Amino acid sequence: MSPPGTPRLELSGISKQYPAVRANDKVSLRVGPGEIHAVLGENGAGKSTLMKVIYGAVQPDEGEIRFNGEPVRVSSPAHARKLGISMVYQHFSLFDTLTAAENVWLGLDKSLKLPQVAERITQVASAYGLDVDPQRPVHTLSVGERQRVEIVRALLTNPQLLILDEPTSVLTPQAVDKLFVTLRKLAAGGCSILYISHKLDEIRALCQQCTVLRGGKRTGVVDPRQEDNAGLSRLMIGAEPPALVHRESKADPAALPVLSVRALSLAKADPFGTELKAIALDVRAGEIVGIAGVSGNGQQELLAALSGEDPRAAAGSITLLGSDISRANARARRNAGLHFVPEERLGRGAVPTLSLAQNTLLTRTAAVSSLGFIAPKPVQALAASIIERYQVKAGGPGAAAKSLSGGNLQKFIVGREIDAKPRLLIVAQPTWGVDVGAAALIRGEMLALRDAGCALLVVSEELEELFEISDRLHVIAQGRLSPSMPVAEATIERVGEWMSGLWPQAGATAEGANHAAA
Amino acid sequence: MLRLEARPAPSQRMALLSPLIAIAVTALLAAVLFAALGKDPVRGLAVFFFEPLNGLRATSEVLLKATPLIVIALGLAVCYRANVWNIGAEGQYLLGAVAGGGMALWLTANGIVLPKVLSLTLVLLCGVLGGMFWASIVALLRDRFNASEILVSLMLVYVAQQVVNYLVFGPWKDPGGFNFPQTRTFDASTWLPPLIERTRLHIGFLLALLAAGLTWLFMFRSYRGFALQVGGLAPAAARYAGFSSRGALWLALGVSGGMAGLAGAMEAAGPLRQLTPHISTGLGFTAIIVVFVGRLHPLGIVAAGVLLSMMLIGGELAQSRLGLPNALSSVFQGLLLVVLLASDTLIHYRVRGARKVVAG
Repeated sequence: MSPPGTPRLELSGISKQYPAVRANDKVSLRVGPGEIHAVLGENGAGKSTLMKVIYGAVQPDEGEIRFNGEPVRVSSPAHARKLGISMVYQHFSLFDTLTAAENVWLGLDKSLKLPQVAERITQVASAYGLDVDPQRPVHTLSVGERQRVEIVRALLTNPQLLILDEPTSVLTPQAVDKLFVTLRKLAAGGCSILYISHKLDEIRALCQQCTVLRGGKRTGVVDPRQEDNAGLSRLMIGAEPPALVHRESKADPAALPVLSVRALSLAKADPFGTELKAIALDVRAGEIVGIAGVSGNGQQELLAALSGEDPRAAAGSITLLGSDISRANARARRNAGLHFVPEERLGRGAVPTLSLAQNTLLTRTAAVSSLGFIAPKPVQALAASIIERYQVKAGGPGAAAKSLSGGNLQKFIVGREIDAKPRLLIVAQPTWGVDVGAAALIRGEMLALRDAGCALLVVSEELEELFEISDRLHVIAQGRLSPSMPVAEATIERVGEWMSGLWPQAGATAEGANHAAA
Repeated sequence: MLRLEARPAPSQRMALLSPLIAIAVTALLAAVLFAALGKDPVRGLAVFFFEPLNGLRATSEVLLKATPLIVIALGLAVCYRANVWNIGAEGQYLLGAVAGGGMALWLTANGIVLPKVLSLTLVLLCGVLGGMFWASIVALLRDRFNASEILVSLMLVYVAQQVVNYLVFGPWKDPGGFNFPQTRTFDASTWLPPLIERTRLHIGFLLALLAAGLTWLFMFRSYRGFALQVGGLAPAAARYAGFSSRGALWLALGVSGGMAGLAGAMEAAGPLRQLTPHISTGLGFTAIIVVFVGRLHPLGIVAAGVLLSMMLIGGELAQSRLGLPNALSSVFQGLLLVVLLASDTLIHYRVRGARKVVAG
């Protein structure tokens, strides 16, 4: 055993150079036994690389790792697990068609039989208040339950250090509280926890120490409970985030809605999708309507039905400015004034290998003549103007979409759609993976568009964001949409409850509950 | 020790240099092969790279053979850019020859002598339609039953060859042809006029260059061509933009089938002037190599078409001049493609000597 006072994990001077970027630059990190230690930083700050170094998935160019005081070279994730380091990834690696127990069993060495594994799962689950049924197939589990399976899998190896990568991005507020109870219990038992996040409130609620990274360098080690948001933001982005002024919407509640959805039901297109049930929704000119919900509750399906990528909706269920667009394709809807920013930027919102200029042609066809020929100069000019106005960091209109960082590409795509002066703009995860400065810019632009009389529908998993920009809020759960509430009346608790599908008259058709009907 | 290191961005320069590197390496390997066969490597290389271009007559033969290669490859480039893998251009070429040749034969048999422009338009149009028809079978099976276009198009090559055989051994056989499996010689009014007097090079070569220009316009200046390529590069982005994937499939196969069919009709009405079981010597397959050596770009395809044509003719010359088997040209074609694919690695990776000292 190591002498008391020895840190569980100590990194000193870790550096990792990739061809184009120095992901870690002489980073040091100290985690004590039983400590919950946050690693805070924006996307691209080097958090993931650092965790991969600890977990043995990436070899550092220089620097030293000490585990319980001993210098180690972690050669692979298997080696890390042997040492007592476990990791729960942000994106789960479970087989949908296998049961929870079978999934866990696959990741273990072959010393245990399947029934024994199931038994151990039940033991560990009850010891930490993790509710997991080992016999259920994974595809029947909610996202929160899947995460619990991942955590149980990590715990079965009795780790001394548990790494969690953005674990709350898929959870309801109530489920987050439950997770925190489990993590505190684990820490009390002596397990150290590395908690990666960019959500300041969570870190303050859970962690005793916080290492902040910016641009691959460590910018500070602080006690998050002693710091305010502005102080942490300064460490994280080098500046305080600009404040957003949310003015009241001037939308006329009596006006005809720009988008009107009635009794939209849609069978799932793939076996693990979500069925949409009797969705009813109105969006008026000059307002932002938000849709909250835990991912995988039908957001993707609803967005595809609205954008026209999935044109199976029944006739009459989707109306845009008074005309039925339920079965129109995406181009026809766009020509009618509906623009859409999808969640996936690379591969859906933009073609990775094509230039930014060419990517404007996906949704902007002003440069296309009536004979179908493209005039290259206006295309270049449009891309250049979007790059300038939205402060996109790119090598010019000729830069390939995939050469941009996620945040910059998002600015470009949002800019491309806003610049089209849409009548209705639908945005999925407007600031997902975007740094704080860019997020503020994008939110500001959406509010400006609203004030210019556009109708906006925003689907996001970030509640803070929806509270910040929406005028009314819906919640989507298990393919059903709640009635809307004015954002002034919304609280985290209430929305959290609705996220589990428990809204008033949830059993009745949502159409009857929608105050805009009739 | 050498190691490969991923480049931050694909190298544009390497994308252009890679085919040249591949040609050089192939020539080097060819020289080694000649030496191993006991032939003088310099003389061997000259047979492939110099003699086919030695003099007007030889050069005109190279361009003659390059014509169908270029035309087929242009269509295939459009198709491959749409991520539709039609490898049965050979079959579409044969059907084009059958349809175009059939029209010429029908005119001949009925003694109809039309003005040249009209009869050639009819013959070539029939060729295009014949190739399109053959490719549309592939599109239909893919569209309706999600059958792999790779397998279906390849299998249809063998069916097409049997169609040709049936016709020239059966109903279309020349009654005065001493029972040889061939049709009558077409009437002169259906022949493609020569481009240069006293050579076999016909105006089809100009059509091929024109087609290259049109293909460039379609690929890089037309919205339809843009949509087609987006469908190939990122299907989800095409759905997002509202481009129909079914439309792209039909268009890609229609264009490539039509171009292959045009090439077939041009061969029938050009140097052959009749149909025989041997109207193709694997041009539809060689064209696949042309597409990739030409970087799926119309200009590159014209250059690669000429190069591969030189290799085909070099193979024939190697037989008579060096006493080597004609199969040598197939060996070189295969070598060229493999070496090209290998040197394409350099577009995405660079070679580095392993660092002994860790940079501090």
